[in-house]
Amino acid sequence: MIWSFDIIVLIFLVIAAVIALSVRDLLASSMVLGIYSFLICILWAEMGAVDVAFTEAAVGAGVSTVIMIATVFQTTRKSKD
Amino acid sequence: MDVFLDFLIAKFNYWIYVILMMIGLFAMIAKNNLIKKLVGMCIFQTAIILFYVSIGVKEDARIPILTGHEVPHGGHYHTEDHERPYIDAKTVTNPIPHVLMLTAIVVGVSTLGMALAIAQKVHLHYDSLEEDEILAKLQLGNND
Repeated sequence: MIWSFDIIVLIFLVIAAVIALSVRDLLASSMVLGIYSFLICILWAEMGAVDVAFTEAAVGAGVSTVIMIATVFQTTRKSKD
Repeated sequence: MDVFLDFLIAKFNYWIYVILMMIGLFAMIAKNNLIKKLVGMCIFQTAIILFYVSIGVKEDARIPILTGHEVPHGGHYHTEDHERPYIDAKTVTNPIPHVLMLTAIVVGVSTLGMALAIAQKVHLHYDSLEEDEILAKLQLGNND
């Protein structure tokens, strides 16, 4: 475990979470959530949990981003908050 | 101050886990849009997984995959009359929280998919994803 890398990725994680919740475009929100998932995937590979990193990259970042974008295109892209 | 900084850095994963969990909980409660609530739920779940993976981390430990170099002298560790490979548990990270969290990731994605399907149905009925507009239309329907 590399402490400096760990701290940088964790700070980026909080920034990505806040941006995903504060942006008003739902498509942008789901894309930033994909960035968040890939960041946490990097964090797990760095913490020694490679199996969790594989699963997060395939299922968390891939599938959940795709189904969220599909829902945004099926419904509406605008959000009030 | 130095002691405080040491304390902050040594437990940094846990501090960020608490912050992310509270960001997710706030979004689930306070956000008006249904998709934003689900984004908050995703963040909440990954924060809990971050906590569990952080438990298994050890200092100067490798990933829990055996390459064959763990056995000293390139041979086997003799116990009684049969041979058994010798691995020091301190040199690998604890894989049990990782395996538990694999299930949690898959469950999280399936709940997200279910919730998004319900959100699509709600949008089909009420033509909106905002919570206050849906509630207003529900009130209107009850008055008729």
